[in-house]
Amino acid sequence: MALSGLDIYKLLPKTNCRQCGLATCLAFAMQLAKKTLPIEKCPFISAQAREILESQALPPVKPVILGTGERKFEIGNETVMFRHEEKFRNPTGVGFILEDSLSDSQLKEQVGRINEFKFERVGQTLEVNLVALRQNKDASRFLQALKLLLENTDLGIILISEDMAGLKQAAALSQGRKPLLYSARKENLAPMGEIAKEFQLPLVVTAQDIDSLSELTKELAAQGIKELILDTGKKSIADKLWDLTQIRRQALKKTNRALGYPALAIVERNDAYEEAMEATAYIAKYAGIVLIKGLATWEALSILTLRQNIYTDPQKPLQIDPKLYPIGKVAANAPLLVTTNFSLSYYTVLGEVEASKIPAYILSVDTQGMSVLTAWAAEKFNAEVIAKALKSFAVQETVGHKNLIIPGYLAMISGDLEDASGFKIIVGPKEAAGIPAFLKNLN
Amino acid sequence: METPLVLEKWPGVISTVTIGATAQEGGTRSHSLKIGGQSSMPLLFKEGANPNKPKLAFEVWDVAPSDFDEEVIKAFGKEINDPLVWAEICVNKFKAELLCLKMQGTHPDFGNKSPEEAAKFVSAFLSKVKVPLIITGSGDDSKDNLVMPACSEAAKKERCLVGSAVQDNYKTLTASVLADGHSIIAESPIDINIAKQLNILISDMGLPLERIVIDPTIGALGYGLEYAYSIMERARLAALSGDKTLASPFICFVGQEAWRAKEAKTNPEQGIMWETLTASNLIQSGADVLVMRHPKAFTNVSNYIEELFNLGS
Repeated sequence: MALSGLDIYKLLPKTNCRQCGLATCLAFAMQLAKKTLPIEKCPFISAQAREILESQALPPVKPVILGTGERKFEIGNETVMFRHEEKFRNPTGVGFILEDSLSDSQLKEQVGRINEFKFERVGQTLEVNLVALRQNKDASRFLQALKLLLENTDLGIILISEDMAGLKQAAALSQGRKPLLYSARKENLAPMGEIAKEFQLPLVVTAQDIDSLSELTKELAAQGIKELILDTGKKSIADKLWDLTQIRRQALKKTNRALGYPALAIVERNDAYEEAMEATAYIAKYAGIVLIKGLATWEALSILTLRQNIYTDPQKPLQIDPKLYPIGKVAANAPLLVTTNFSLSYYTVLGEVEASKIPAYILSVDTQGMSVLTAWAAEKFNAEVIAKALKSFAVQETVGHKNLIIPGYLAMISGDLEDASGFKIIVGPKEAAGIPAFLKNLN
Repeated sequence: METPLVLEKWPGVISTVTIGATAQEGGTRSHSLKIGGQSSMPLLFKEGANPNKPKLAFEVWDVAPSDFDEEVIKAFGKEINDPLVWAEICVNKFKAELLCLKMQGTHPDFGNKSPEEAAKFVSAFLSKVKVPLIITGSGDDSKDNLVMPACSEAAKKERCLVGSAVQDNYKTLTASVLADGHSIIAESPIDINIAKQLNILISDMGLPLERIVIDPTIGALGYGLEYAYSIMERARLAALSGDKTLASPFICFVGQEAWRAKEAKTNPEQGIMWETLTASNLIQSGADVLVMRHPKAFTNVSNYIEELFNLGS
């Protein structure tokens, strides 16, 4: 909870010395509450008051950076409970757990598959983020497997181990890749903390409930270890959702620093459907990292698509530049289709036009990112707007003909559009899937 | 030191809607189902009542399913072409406790069956299949206005959930539903204001708010799922804060949307996954009834609900 002006006033010297440029300490406090002036303007503020005020200015969920180089990404730094309140900022890091008990060739094959999980959807590249290596045998095998991993992927690394000596060597070996350590518990807090500190690595903290978790994070923070990720261990889905919700609320609604870190959830199931349902529930509800073990491409694509949906900014629907797009080697008689500039509409039409292998023009009209029917209902995709777009993009001059294919759902505007634009209107299919057949039968 | 939990206490509660009437209740259904009744945001069992599990319904048609994905048809076999047999497979083999009968065959482009034929079909369906029923029109407004009153009357006293009323076509359906003792689906185009407005218009005609279920119009995974997801969260928050006109359970037509996705057509598992995740993530945002197509997706989500509720509540 943010401090009010009056709360801040109580922390100030109350001398009305005017050194800050304002007439009274109360006036200065009001400006601090609005964050329009920095604390430094007050030369007499006590160290304790400064610490309280500075911690107020920190983000409620600490941002933590994982991975290195091209694969660097940030989690945490979230500010709302529900995406419609503003947006979710940092997409959940999705990772895979690999066992060091696999043979080298199996490990290589699995890492290779994970590296391939890269999908183009609606103009965005969807990628997985992390590979977690779990120690099942002795330290030398763990290190061997880690070496193989480091050589075969540039994804972020998580080291899962209970063997402090092995983990320390692994941390040393992979320090340059900034691996995340899993995990500090009550029983191993001191040695874990030492490894994290020595190699400057982020650390997962595990405890069954938020009280015990808070104690551990406080102790680590006091030692200067602040790159922390929270984990409440193995639970039922409902209990896990409750923990994740509670942790987010503690951070946002109580500015509880001991729980103001991103959270991690591990989902390990043999059934890909079960695993994906559970993993996506945690992506929707507050996990900063989700680790799974399933390696099917269709599972990964589905999970990443859900993440894309949930982390889309609700105020800024994905949209593209409105303009005339030539697709393929367009000749003078290439058909001309019109759609919105909502990414989903445009890329769906694009995909089908490409699939038809018939070169064509797509005119993307500025509907402020609304889809066909929504934009039509909001009068952002009616005869007038489309006619204007045809003119402003000099479509007739480029295309060389005056035939325009409109979405089937807009059949009702054909007459008006014909009058407004002078183009001959052809009503296309309602669903984009019908475009290839439609284009083939056009002549 | 103990960390005090941050708990949300809500004044509002979601209405409880009953679907199906047994012999004792004046109908002929084998059982009845309750949906809604929550006093917390979805799945937060420790914070409020979540008395009723989300219910899954298989989508069945009054004619052979002409535009269903091949994978779905394959999962049922050629028996799917006989609507009554199709419905029985859903109930007997896949353990459906609720069916959603879509009167697609009345659509001018899909057979154009007359209201009399439709009513006759509904009667035959009800005598053969005993689970509670959702009945929806073909989506052709003017035809639905002729067909749905006949279907509603044929199912009189069975306490069905009948749809769909939309903002500029709700009166005919509301009058029928009111007269025949059913509940209504109020469909709004991913718009919380229209959802609220439509609920008010329908209740102004005398149908109690407790007999309305909102269809927020969903998009599939990757196809605008997040729009309905957030509309549902906003409506639920408003309802729990005390807005009775938004305190209706949600019905989501998952199967028809999921199987339109390009990704769903790529390989069988991905199609099933698409329907599965569309459903499970809408449960996260408050879905009370999910209308499904593929038996495997149905089973996946059904098991997920059992796991959530049996270990959660």
